[in-house]
Amino acid sequence: MKILVPVKRVIDYNVKVRVKQDQTGVELDNVKMAMNPFDEIAVEQALRIKEAGEADEIIIVSIGPIQSQETIRTALAMGADRGIYIDAPHETEPLSVAKLLASVAGKEKPGLIMCGKQAIDDDNNQTGQMTAAILGWSQATFASSVSLNKGNAKVVREIDGGLETINVKLPAVITVDLRLNEPRYASLPNIMKAKKKPIDTLTTEELNVEVEPRLSIIKIEEPSTREAGIKVNSVEELVEKLQAEAKVI
Amino acid sequence: MTILVIIEHDNENILPATFNAITAALKLDKPIEALVVGKDVQQISEAASKIEFISKVIVADGAEFAHNLAENMAPLIKKIAKSYSHIFTPATTFGKNIMPRTAALLDVMQISDIIEVISSDTFKRPIYAGNALATVRSSDPIKLITVRSTAFEAAEKSGGAAEIISVEGTGSVGLSEYVSTEQSGSERPELTSAGIVISGGRGMQDKSNFAMLENVADKLGAAVGASRAAVDAGFAPNDYQVGQTGKVVAPELYMAVGISGAIQHLAGMKDSKVIVAINKDEEAPIFQVADYGLVADLFEAIPELDSKLS
Repeated sequence: MKILVPVKRVIDYNVKVRVKQDQTGVELDNVKMAMNPFDEIAVEQALRIKEAGEADEIIIVSIGPIQSQETIRTALAMGADRGIYIDAPHETEPLSVAKLLASVAGKEKPGLIMCGKQAIDDDNNQTGQMTAAILGWSQATFASSVSLNKGNAKVVREIDGGLETINVKLPAVITVDLRLNEPRYASLPNIMKAKKKPIDTLTTEELNVEVEPRLSIIKIEEPSTREAGIKVNSVEELVEKLQAEAKVI
Repeated sequence: MTILVIIEHDNENILPATFNAITAALKLDKPIEALVVGKDVQQISEAASKIEFISKVIVADGAEFAHNLAENMAPLIKKIAKSYSHIFTPATTFGKNIMPRTAALLDVMQISDIIEVISSDTFKRPIYAGNALATVRSSDPIKLITVRSTAFEAAEKSGGAAEIISVEGTGSVGLSEYVSTEQSGSERPELTSAGIVISGGRGMQDKSNFAMLENVADKLGAAVGASRAAVDAGFAPNDYQVGQTGKVVAPELYMAVGISGAIQHLAGMKDSKVIVAINKDEEAPIFQVADYGLVADLFEAIPELDSKLS
């Protein structure tokens, strides 16, 4: 079985995001970029499935500007087998990404697509579910545990107020949540090995997908900042303020 | 055109975030209908018909809808979608699971997690964990929208008398099955809908110390939360986590105890009405967003707070 793992290049989660002065977007120039953290968890899970003998090949797909190839290379250094880079604008929307992934899945015939539950840049939380819909596959979102068994996947999902277990038929799309695993670091020998692993390049035309956006961005702005309030000197003063001034208790 | 709101429920009650989604839908000043999907949902349908400003309740009752499986729900929503200009649902794990699948079936680009309705095609939503706000305009014929519940007041639960009509289900597609649910099993209010939240961070030092916060929470009728640092350290369970990668809350009162205030945590609570920070490090960034800051050792301050509330 093949596992397809889509990965997105995003601003590193440790970087403080700055909105551009002209309100057209956020500053991306000279900003440290990295693999979307949720996608790293998806790569790790795919590797573990392969190491358990339940998959033969892990294919990494990244869609975006040319530098996305570096993100693919990072996943190859973790242990994935080969990459597919799809040349597309940075702003390609989840609906188009899902169509591109579905098109790749049509060629590669994976048994599983494993991806992050959301990208930490646009916070849409859509791509996995949309890909499953287009392919007509089952979906398991927000996975905190995944086990494969005879053409099925048993997935524990992190839902509001608890955990839900479902069984989905393969092929399936699984979107992963934060606590599924702790991704490994690439070792130096694996980083060297990854340089020799193949990355194919495809265009949106070759995949026959229209990537024209449906949402236009009117503006991107800074959220209003909160002012620091006052310091109180004692618990007694705090309780008094909350009762008499803020009237919240 | 009419708006459809998909009701989130647990078969006993309509879940609170639905009422916030209705308020968001009301901003467009159009007729609103409600969709109830599930198995044996008569009680929910009746409750939905009483919500103010709901003109009609559409019910799809069938075994295939018993556990909100997206594979079965999305084709049903698609089937009825053409009668509507907008479909709203809360941006809870329920909405996040079913809505994108429906959007792809309709070939439209969903607008996720909105915090403001600007016009019938333009909405504001947070990106980069709330560190930037995007105003986006949709060119799709049907707008599929999930609503961040903390950004809208809850709609009135009563005052309406809508007619209830049934629609045929679309059957089970047989791709997935529900196995079980493990509730976090707390008597306290749900984190995202609680009026008061008291959260502990790494400063709590130990799992057992969370009992101190729970005592205070019970006196205030509050929910208990935690920072990611506290969750990662094993002091608190996963579903306590408030922040970018956890839950986003905006209660009347948020108390951060022993929490330094990492960006990732602030993203999950900075829209709270009143923020209290208790931390022994007076340089902690949490004080920059707190309305009331108390520089103190939490192991003295919390028991004292507990006794003052008694």
